[in-house]
Amino acid sequence: MSTTASEMYETTVGLEIHVELSTNSKMFCACPVDFGGDPNTRVCPVCLGMPGSLPVPNQMAIEYTMKIAAALHCDIARFHEFHRKNYFYPDMPKNYQISQYDHPIGTKGYVEVTGDFGTKRVGINRVHLEEDTGKSTHVGGSGRIADSDHSLVDFNRAGTPLVEIVSEPDITSAEEARAFVTELRAILESLDVSDVRMEEGSMRVDANISTRLTGAPEYGAKVEVKNMNSIRSVGRALEFEEKRQRKALDDGETLVQETRHFDEKTGTTSSLRTKEFAFDYRYFPEPDMVPFEPDQAWIERVRGSLPELPASKRARFAEIYGLSDKEIQTLTTTSATAGWFEEAVAAYGGEAKKISNWILADLYGLLNESGQELSDGKIAPAQLAALVKLVDDGAISGKQAKEVITVMFETGDDPAKVVEERGLKQVSDTGAIEVFVDEVIAENPDAVEKIREGKDGTLGFLVGQVMKKSRGQANPAMVNDLLRSKIN
Amino acid sequence: MSIDRKTVDHVARLARLDLSEEERTRMQGEMTAILTHAGKIQELDLDDLEPTSHAIPLRNHMRPDVAGRCLTQEEALANAPKAEDGRFWVPRIVEDSGE
Ligand SMILES: [Zn+2]
Repeated sequence: MSTTASEMYETTVGLEIHVELSTNSKMFCACPVDFGGDPNTRVCPVCLGMPGSLPVPNQMAIEYTMKIAAALHCDIARFHEFHRKNYFYPDMPKNYQISQYDHPIGTKGYVEVTGDFGTKRVGINRVHLEEDTGKSTHVGGSGRIADSDHSLVDFNRAGTPLVEIVSEPDITSAEEARAFVTELRAILESLDVSDVRMEEGSMRVDANISTRLTGAPEYGAKVEVKNMNSIRSVGRALEFEEKRQRKALDDGETLVQETRHFDEKTGTTSSLRTKEFAFDYRYFPEPDMVPFEPDQAWIERVRGSLPELPASKRARFAEIYGLSDKEIQTLTTTSATAGWFEEAVAAYGGEAKKISNWILADLYGLLNESGQELSDGKIAPAQLAALVKLVDDGAISGKQAKEVITVMFETGDDPAKVVEERGLKQVSDTGAIEVFVDEVIAENPDAVEKIREGKDGTLGFLVGQVMKKSRGQANPAMVNDLLRSKIN
Repeated sequence: MSIDRKTVDHVARLARLDLSEEERTRMQGEMTAILTHAGKIQELDLDDLEPTSHAIPLRNHMRPDVAGRCLTQEEALANAPKAEDGRFWVPRIVEDSGE
């Protein structure tokens, strides 16, 4: 048999992403949008769904959604309106969710993604605006809904503007899905419309994944995967699910349409064993609000307000800084990181590559340990620039600089201060170094003889001896030069 | 236009209404009457008319994104049949098809 398993089957993935907008107030009332705080303290008659209260849409939320649609190359509707989606759930106070149905704000867009698979366009089916639900805590049993005794509901989150972005089923692997979510997150972050923190739930990703024989006319049974709380989880969950579905088909099993829960610890998905219902949401136009008909001028103003998007930023970084694709990818993950880098380069004035090296090789290691973002750290861009200059000027060695940056990372002190306090100044005074060099030559006649015979490798040993005597403070390049000229 | 018993049961279930046999019979008659009345519109020639969801000629009604005052927790929970830890108490949640 010549067909490999990976050629025999094809995977189809469609993603549904929910993003909480970072407006000041909620979607249809003036309650503030925020995290934390005591339960049920950011609520009012509107977001509690009390009879007689009337929703009024938030202008900023409408504009943010138009902005997202524009950044995803969507058509922005000249007519859009809200609908009621009717269903019962305790964290939804009105027993309907105000959402959009057949007239969403954006349609027919795309996101261009790049990876080991090359570059491809993933279609965006729609971008629509709705309201978030409250949060339930399940009490009793294991804390999960199934064996709980009762639940407690906090409506602080209810009514937060929520944008739903639905991709076309254009994604064919876990890797593409990961690349898509990464790029989408970067775009949303650059628009400054949401915190896009998956761990905190301000960005949530659900996936529909199916497997079919290559070339089959129909898609396989659609499996919805939930509970992926990071971009890494999206990749892991879909990789697992892809393998599971292929193996099931290999074993002659029939896949069923179901919802599966991703377990972060085991890296596996398991069936939620819920019945798949054909929900009857009875959508109808929200009678309490009038429709929207943005004119061309409004739409153009939104399109004109878009910042530099990640793809353009990457192209610019490649052109003016001469960095590798991988370096650029990391430095442009968030606009805050990219801005930090550009500030440091400007303060430095030299080769951008050097700044990039310090960030990627040293700062990122420290940041990863502490789980911080570059822009959250204590080191300011100008301080990194100053550190690199100290190395350039020979005031400290590269090795000493690594010690200095670790201290700076903890204290936020200027590099000059750290150097001063730790007595790290590199000795570049020829006279001082010469004393050590002469001592080392006198103490190691055998080694000196070997070098005279042409065994250059021994020079390193002597350099090490001098560095030891100077307690690491001598400028290694000068030590090297002095030893050479004195021996030969 | 007439509504059958199955549709009455379905709509009652969707609205979480536990109707008696007597009420179901009455609802079947009333719903049929309402739909028959609305059905009269279909007798008109409306081919050239765009469907409208709202009767008032108002568009783009919005409010500025300014945060205002909320209820206190006590006020918010005042009408709750049961509350615990500042939250609304609800019975165990069971998945339901709405069918
Ligand atoms: Zn409110």
